[in-house]
Amino acid sequence: MDKLRQRAAALLADGTVTLVLGYEEGTNKPRPIFCHTAEEASKLIYTTRCINNLAVYLTRKELMGDGKVAVVATIPTLRSILQLVVENQLSEETLMVMTVTEDEEVKEFANFAEVEAYVAKFELKLSEKEQEILTKLEGMNREERFKFWMDEMSHCFKCYACRSACPLCYCTKCIVEENRPQWIDPWAAPLANMEWQINRAMHMAGRCTGCGACGDACPVGIPIHLLTRKMMEDLGPEFGFVPGQPNKNGNPLSTWKAEDKENFIK
Amino acid sequence: MDNKTNAEFEPKIVAFVCNWCTYAGADLTGTSRLKYATNVKIVRFPCTGRIDFMLLLKAFAQGADGVIVSGCHPNDCHYTSGNFHARRRWIAFRGLLDFMGIDVRRIQYSWVSAAEGAKWANLVNDTVASLREMGPYTEYQKVADYLDKEEYNG
Repeated sequence: MDKLRQRAAALLADGTVTLVLGYEEGTNKPRPIFCHTAEEASKLIYTTRCINNLAVYLTRKELMGDGKVAVVATIPTLRSILQLVVENQLSEETLMVMTVTEDEEVKEFANFAEVEAYVAKFELKLSEKEQEILTKLEGMNREERFKFWMDEMSHCFKCYACRSACPLCYCTKCIVEENRPQWIDPWAAPLANMEWQINRAMHMAGRCTGCGACGDACPVGIPIHLLTRKMMEDLGPEFGFVPGQPNKNGNPLSTWKAEDKENFIK
Repeated sequence: MDNKTNAEFEPKIVAFVCNWCTYAGADLTGTSRLKYATNVKIVRFPCTGRIDFMLLLKAFAQGADGVIVSGCHPNDCHYTSGNFHARRRWIAFRGLLDFMGIDVRRIQYSWVSAAEGAKWANLVNDTVASLREMGPYTEYQKVADYLDKEEYNG
């Protein structure tokens, strides 16, 4: 931790970067911190309790400013960064990526290719709790699945924290704010909640990196990250990408192949 | 629901079709004087690539019991690749809907060319027959009408 603080302070002091994005101790759990000065860098921490996906801030110009930014990234954050790179949202000139390895060494990446090589060593896994829900859903028939999701989504009060927490939800104009026509009713109601989640999942198809930030952010604990997660597991083999690794074959929904296979079009 | 009531049930179907193939195909069905079920309301689009998945959800929310989505056969798209894009969209969409427990059997995808008037008639007839067996999509209607009727109890 000291090594991280020293390095961050040095980077800020010599002007290599104007901002270091990392974690500090919060009331109950670590929270994001934006360090602009070497003094602020002394608050930095890095533990396994750091779960926020900091990649979400990297596409927000008003937060990043004009200078170079360093980000202290967890593995899920690194995955999101790689997908943002594929989507041409980040540049090596304005972003410096670093992480803390298991033996508490600060690792700085010279370029995005190094990030990719590093991330490839870590397998994308579901937690036991997530696997449990998925297994439960697999054992259900269609009516039961519908009831499960409608029960879960009846808690949703449309705070859109799932949208805010997602690093890949970076559109400046979102379909839920679109009102000519009003695609999705703005109030929290069963239909509107369901339509919103279907839209979110469809817009994430093949782009989601499985960080689970949407599910973590949900204040009522709806396992919405499983929707995008399920899609990436299903579409990966079909459209040629590996879940958890940057999808270089293009977004599945904006590319196509003449030999795409399906079994439901008569 | 028993078979008797099912036979009397007239499903409401919305068909989203492309202008160049299926709409012309459906037109051919009419000019060929082929008779087919009247349960379908056809909405014409420039291309299947234009058919947003939200339109299908809106049809169900507005009371459709089933949906038909049809356009040009692969490699026949007027805009070269609209139907290829659509096909990918439906593959992704179908998996998601099924995972969420929405009845994907109620969405019938098809390729109907401008020369396939008879295929269009069969497609509509078959869809009507299978929807008669499934009955009205009350499950979705309850969700859609929740605010109006306040009778949704999970």
